[in-house]
Amino acid sequence: MTKRIAFKNARLIDPASGLDAKGGLLVEDGRIADVGPHLAGGVEAAEGIDCKGLVLAPGLIDARVFTGEPGTEYRETLASASQAAAAGGVTTMVVMPNTDPVIDEPSLVDFIKRRAGATAVVNVAPMAALTKGLGGETMTEIGLLQEAGAVAFTDGDRTIANARVMRRALAYANSFGALIVGHAEDPDLSAGASATEGEFAMRLGLPSAPAAAEAIIVERDLRLVEMTGARYHFGQISTRAALDIIADAKQRGLPVTCGVSAHHLALNELDVGSYYTFRKVKPPLRSEADRAAMVEGVASGLIDIIVSSHDPQGADTKRQTFASAAFGAVGLETLLPVALGLVHDGRATLPHVLAALSTTPAKIFGLPGGTLSKGAVADLVLIDPEAPFTVSAETLHSLARNTPFDGRKFHGQAVRTFVAGQSVFGPK
Amino acid sequence: MTSAPILSTSHLLGIEHLSVAEIGGLLDLAETYAALNRAQNKKTDVLKGRTLINMFFESSTRTQSSFELAGKRLGADVMNMSVKTSSVSKGETLIDTATTLNAMRPDILVVRHQDSGAAELLARKLDCCVVNAGDGSHEHPTQALLDALTIRRRGRAFEGLIVAICGDVAHSRVARSNIHLLLKMGARVRLVAPRTLLPADADRFGVEIHHDMKSGLDGADIVMMLRLQLERMSGAFVPSTREYFHFYGLDHQKLAYAKPGALVMHPGPMNRGVEIDSAVADDIEVSLIQEQVEMGVAIRMAVLDALARGLAAGGRNGP
Repeated sequence: MTKRIAFKNARLIDPASGLDAKGGLLVEDGRIADVGPHLAGGVEAAEGIDCKGLVLAPGLIDARVFTGEPGTEYRETLASASQAAAAGGVTTMVVMPNTDPVIDEPSLVDFIKRRAGATAVVNVAPMAALTKGLGGETMTEIGLLQEAGAVAFTDGDRTIANARVMRRALAYANSFGALIVGHAEDPDLSAGASATEGEFAMRLGLPSAPAAAEAIIVERDLRLVEMTGARYHFGQISTRAALDIIADAKQRGLPVTCGVSAHHLALNELDVGSYYTFRKVKPPLRSEADRAAMVEGVASGLIDIIVSSHDPQGADTKRQTFASAAFGAVGLETLLPVALGLVHDGRATLPHVLAALSTTPAKIFGLPGGTLSKGAVADLVLIDPEAPFTVSAETLHSLARNTPFDGRKFHGQAVRTFVAGQSVFGPK
Repeated sequence: MTSAPILSTSHLLGIEHLSVAEIGGLLDLAETYAALNRAQNKKTDVLKGRTLINMFFESSTRTQSSFELAGKRLGADVMNMSVKTSSVSKGETLIDTATTLNAMRPDILVVRHQDSGAAELLARKLDCCVVNAGDGSHEHPTQALLDALTIRRRGRAFEGLIVAICGDVAHSRVARSNIHLLLKMGARVRLVAPRTLLPADADRFGVEIHHDMKSGLDGADIVMMLRLQLERMSGAFVPSTREYFHFYGLDHQKLAYAKPGALVMHPGPMNRGVEIDSAVADDIEVSLIQEQVEMGVAIRMAVLDALARGLAAGGRNGP
């Protein structure tokens, strides 16, 4: 029997088609059967949902999520991360291979897919390691891993130090049309650093690295992309210098894209305050000028996507001095509110921001979703773009509590989330 | 002796947030303790019944014994906690250690830690007063205070005083605390070091930057030498001890660039023949190094006394 859900009275926003209109949407068997203004009043269906003028958009695709499964399940499992994702309007998490063991074997990609299938309430798209054990030396079985379901290849938050290894990995990956996701932070310049070099780090006496550690690797990797033709995505950038180099590469037609983490859009280095370890992230928070450049980059479209860089940490790794504490902040549940801030500040339109959160990541990573077009999978989010709320670490769905935004006020969040037509967040 | 409050906070975490009045108050109080320390009976009962815990995550004979002596002369019960025997080496977080200590109800905790911000972290989690005895590359407030006391006792006014701080400023908490203190008191501060040993944006402190001793010491009233960690000298930050001593080691020849009668300071322990020549270090005409150690005890007594006044007034662990 066909299961039908009819959404009515919605503001439909589909960045994929440019649709932004009052209307409705009909789901049949987990797929979008029809969409448009002609459905505004609703149609006959087993389940009817009155959107009351709120925004109905493609479910968000978060292209940078660390979990603790396998290895450190006490911090976050695929299941708990997926609950956080659903609460944040995220219907697909692209998960990082930085686990224990590292996802560098086809059987481990298979493990992630099976565990996610059995326990997660949202889609999970695994990335595989680019080098064995994230060691930066021996490339993984890119072809076999891709066949097993890896959507991209990355060493996560590690930069491959050796340019020769990187060149070969890029060249080999290109033979399979594989996407490489790089991290740009010169490992020698940034060794031991926990802050961005500058006056603030100097006053706090924190070990720091120059912001140029990012641009140096961006420049290197783009030269290698030019040589190899590989598809390359910078997982997250954080400085204007890096953005300028990427802008130039895009102009020259190189197959390059980039993302920015929500916390690099919302926070700067001063937010570390008096050694606040929940704001110790990798790369470290930057100057206000660089933060503003990231907002500008999203607004201009030069930065393709916004990610959470969700990185759950426990009391064991965060209840430490700043230098000893682990990097990382949870972000699945604050990704959308931070991004909506750009809309409220008049920096970007809502469809533009939603494209950076759904349609564009779907394109870059070759994922279903990211669209409201007929026949597409019904991964949907209902957004109240205005509703004020205050982030509370205590009420997060994530197992980990290390949000850099505890107590911060935002406007707008997901109110309902659907994966393949199934409600995964919101009133039952 | 007055017992009016001197400090507006219940911790001494750094110089950066102290006022000129607080610094002056501590120096004045320390003068009285300097006198007491030269008397036959060096003991008072200002901290009678109080418990002082010295928690040193980095070994430091000098600072630890100075605090221990200061506490004992004020009549406190002093416990030295060595980290090698504590559970911190067993993977316990610093905050867990602090919580455990807190349950023992100390009145004052003196902490030395290799990471910047450690004292502040403990201060947030503990009910007792916390004294920062050096945290990472951040601050070492009692060192700056004892340096100031030493300078003041030589009759030098801070206003317009030219102080050259030479050596590994980048990694030095002593330098940071001294920069804050000296600038607050109206002195002019110069940093003299090769670029590898200066923090980026060091000029943002409001100091002058010099890369050679001749211009850096020119007309200086005080030459403050910093210790260069041995592991930083073999090609990492400077090429060799030989080259470093040649260009930045303080000998009488380089000291001659400074104002006649200029005085030399060093927080210790010294690397003779690296940052300072023995002939200068041991020259009682110019070297204040021994006096710095003596004033260290007096300053720490003043700091402990000042914090204890807050204890009594605020009822924190009070009667």
